[in-house]
Amino acid sequence: MVRVTLPELGEGIAEATVACFHLKPGDPVNVDDDVVEVVTDKATFNVASTAAGRIAETFVAEGDQVPVGAALFSVSDS
Amino acid sequence: MSDPLQVTHLGLIDYQQAYRRQLETVDEVRAGAPSQLLFCEHPAVLTLGRMTKPGTVLWSPEQLEKAGVQLVKVDRGGDVTLHAPGQLVVYPIVDLNRYGRDLHRHLRLLEDVAMAVLRRFDIEPRREPGQTGVWVGPDKLVSIGIGVKRWITYHGIGINVNTDLSLFRMIKPCGLNVEMSSISHIIGRNLDMNDVMAKVRDEFFRVYADNKGVYHGTRNAA
Repeated sequence: MVRVTLPELGEGIAEATVACFHLKPGDPVNVDDDVVEVVTDKATFNVASTAAGRIAETFVAEGDQVPVGAALFSVSDS
Repeated sequence: MSDPLQVTHLGLIDYQQAYRRQLETVDEVRAGAPSQLLFCEHPAVLTLGRMTKPGTVLWSPEQLEKAGVQLVKVDRGGDVTLHAPGQLVVYPIVDLNRYGRDLHRHLRLLEDVAMAVLRRFDIEPRREPGQTGVWVGPDKLVSIGIGVKRWITYHGIGINVNTDLSLFRMIKPCGLNVEMSSISHIIGRNLDMNDVMAKVRDEFFRVYADNKGVYHGTRNAA
């Protein structure tokens, strides 16, 4: 199981708002597939999967403000 | 030093067609191609960014359809914006892995580029505290909104050059109570778009070349 977190987005950016998920739990996913899109200021940022498998769980919802480093979703091996 | 940015002129192009072109270019840049500047204009279209608030499109769907204005939801930051002929749209497909992984810094650099271009027309631009874009006096002239995939940027800048400003009555631009302006409105004559594109290209190269070293932490060592 791999947990993917909100990466550093730049100096002074402590959090971002979840705009939408492109995939849902159970969906197959490959490395580098965009899974969730977050927004900060006038920029959207796609957080991609770092593992292949299936989306196991999402830990945040659309509209949530999430801090850098927070877990966004997990990927299971199968 | 060779220039890392390539320029492509798409001319007057449908919004969705240009969007697909941006995503193709993102893939090319990701595969190792140089960062690109895509220049174009769009037929009148309203695009709704991810943070679009209710009530910022003032015209009804029927009114928009009658006027031939498309309405498109898009994956960029920000609220509603209008593109129309006479507005220079610049889509920088830039690999921030080479220019520093900092979203807000990239937005500020895009403002720097637009402000430098306006100064070349003897227009004194300004930033609005807490906002993204470029203002002249009380009016907004340049709108900015980007998307990022694997640290490669798409979407970009709309600079009102010769835009028909009456079209902005359809919306509250960027969700703000602000009047939009254009370069031609300020200087009192229409401009040659090729001249503006050349200035944008020059300033883009200058601003990004200036910042590459900073981002890589090598400027002092150079």
